Amino acid sequence: MPIDYLPILILVIVALLFAALALLVPALLGPRKPTAIKFSTYESGKIPFGTTGRRFPVKYYLTAVLFILFDIEVIFLYPWAVVFKALKLFGLIEMGVFVLILLVGYFYVWRKGALEWD
Amino acid sequence: MNISSLNLTAIAPQIIIIITALVVLLAELFTGRKSLLAYLSLLGIIVAAIASWYIWNGTEQRLFAVPMFQTMAVADGYSLFLNLVFLVTAALSVLASINYLVRERINHGEYYALLLLATGGMMLMGSATDLMTVFLALEILSISLYVLAGFNRADLKSGESALKYFLLGAFASGFLLYGIALIYGATGTTNLAAIVDFLKGTGPMRGTYLFIGLGLLLVGFSFKIALVPFHMWTPDVYEGAPTSVTAFMSVGAKAAGFAALGRLLLYAFPTLLGDWVWALAVLSVLTMTLGNLTALAQTNVKRMLAYSSIAHAGYILIGLIAANEAGMAGVLFYLLAYAFMNVGAFAVVIAVGREGEPNLELSDYAGLGSRQPLLAAAMAVFMFSLAGVPPLAGFFGKLYIFSAAVQAGFVALAIIGVLNSVVSAFFYLRVIVYMYMQKPIVEARPVLAPPLALAIALAVLGTIGLGLLPTPFLTLAQQSIAMLFGA
Repeated sequence: MPIDYLPILILVIVALLFAALALLVPALLGPRKPTAIKFSTYESGKIPFGTTGRRFPVKYYLTAVLFILFDIEVIFLYPWAVVFKALKLFGLIEMGVFVLILLVGYFYVWRKGALEWD
Repeated sequence: MNISSLNLTAIAPQIIIIITALVVLLAELFTGRKSLLAYLSLLGIIVAAIASWYIWNGTEQRLFAVPMFQTMAVADGYSLFLNLVFLVTAALSVLASINYLVRERINHGEYYALLLLATGGMMLMGSATDLMTVFLALEILSISLYVLAGFNRADLKSGESALKYFLLGAFASGFLLYGIALIYGATGTTNLAAIVDFLKGTGPMRGTYLFIGLGLLLVGFSFKIALVPFHMWTPDVYEGAPTSVTAFMSVGAKAAGFAALGRLLLYAFPTLLGDWVWALAVLSVLTMTLGNLTALAQTNVKRMLAYSSIAHAGYILIGLIAANEAGMAGVLFYLLAYAFMNVGAFAVVIAVGREGEPNLELSDYAGLGSRQPLLAAAMAVFMFSLAGVPPLAGFFGKLYIFSAAVQAGFVALAIIGVLNSVVSAFFYLRVIVYMYMQKPIVEARPVLAPPLALAIALAVLGTIGLGLLPTPFLTLAQQSIAMLFGA
């Protein structure tokens, strides 16, 4: 029934109102004393240097992709561990095949030197 | 749930191909001789073919379907015949690749692993009986092909090809997934057999969600098999990708798309096909006509073959529209014939090409008949077959499909198909005119590498063999589609 979704609708409206309020109120009430430092780019507290349009090593990308890959692998291990007893030997073999295929990939990136930074 | 319910023997061909891919990937780390990896891949392909043959022979009756992984996929005549198409394509492409990769300085072992993974995806697509398996197989196939299309990293065109293919392929996958979601919403299942039961239960069901879902599914597949107006990516991708990859994907990816589409339309949604049949007919006419007319204007042979492959998708679609046994058998026969003649034609393009492929223009084929008579003769066979000249494979493929269309009452469609074949004869025969009737350009005779020569010889053999002895293969195709109509 669509009526069952009413709380969700209310939640959405409240969330929108809260966000709008949080942006509007400081803009209306807050004092403005701009300085050069306040207008510079926020770099997690560091003083910014250089431009953003510069080259950086592709290794960051490679590391990130590999991290996601093996991170996902671990995520699959959790639900499997929860129902491990119900799946019995079948589950163990299936997970073995899954991990084995990923190990081939791991061994490949290792030997190719993708894990070395230099 | 236990191991035996997976029925691993039925999926053995796919497993063999995937294991070979992993072994090739590992072997690449330890060997400097890359050609070794190619022969390892060929070995895997041959073993997978033998395994398919054993499954086919292992069952007494012709009307068999061995389910695997519960109901996710099936080994039946249809999937096994398609295995043959994919394995032929893969084997010929591997043979044609060996020296090409060395020449273009892209001889990395990953090439063969990716090619095998794509082949595994194609084979899984032919046997998928669940929309989720269809999607999974399509992604295995597509992602491998995205990488292969950009395999020539130093070449800008290759990179452009990969990026275009990736973006539009991902877009098409989105359509496909949305279609699957709507079909699931309408029927409550993604399993094809369960969908068939559901449609039987509801009688002539005309649910809006189902209707739109199937429409989105068709759009997704139209992208993948390059039907006009969803073909925009094809010429650039086929032209930019390394030639051996173009050969492989112009046949393999297309055959895989038709494989899944055929099973979906004829097995799962035959009652809904009526709603979409005119849309498909329009797509088919547009695809044939635009593909052929644009191919007329091409002077680059690789680009011409790309447009020709669009046109051929239009012909094959007629067989699906006919939706009878003759039409589907014709589609399977055509796909096998197309595998031989199209990979063969691209193999000749590889043989004529030089490093960096500066010479893909028609004028570079001038006088090939006197420079390299055997190579020119092979190209002539492929061109005649693609144009549909008897007694070659392409002629019988067209004959079966067009006569099935007439049987099913689509006379106009068959006539348009024949007229298009006449138009296409012009640009296929133009290549032959250039080879035999133009003054040869003086150039050193290149030595044809043995594996490439073998690939071309096998393709010629297949093209002529299917043309001279079409009956056993057509019978095989007819037997293999029984499952689609028998259930």
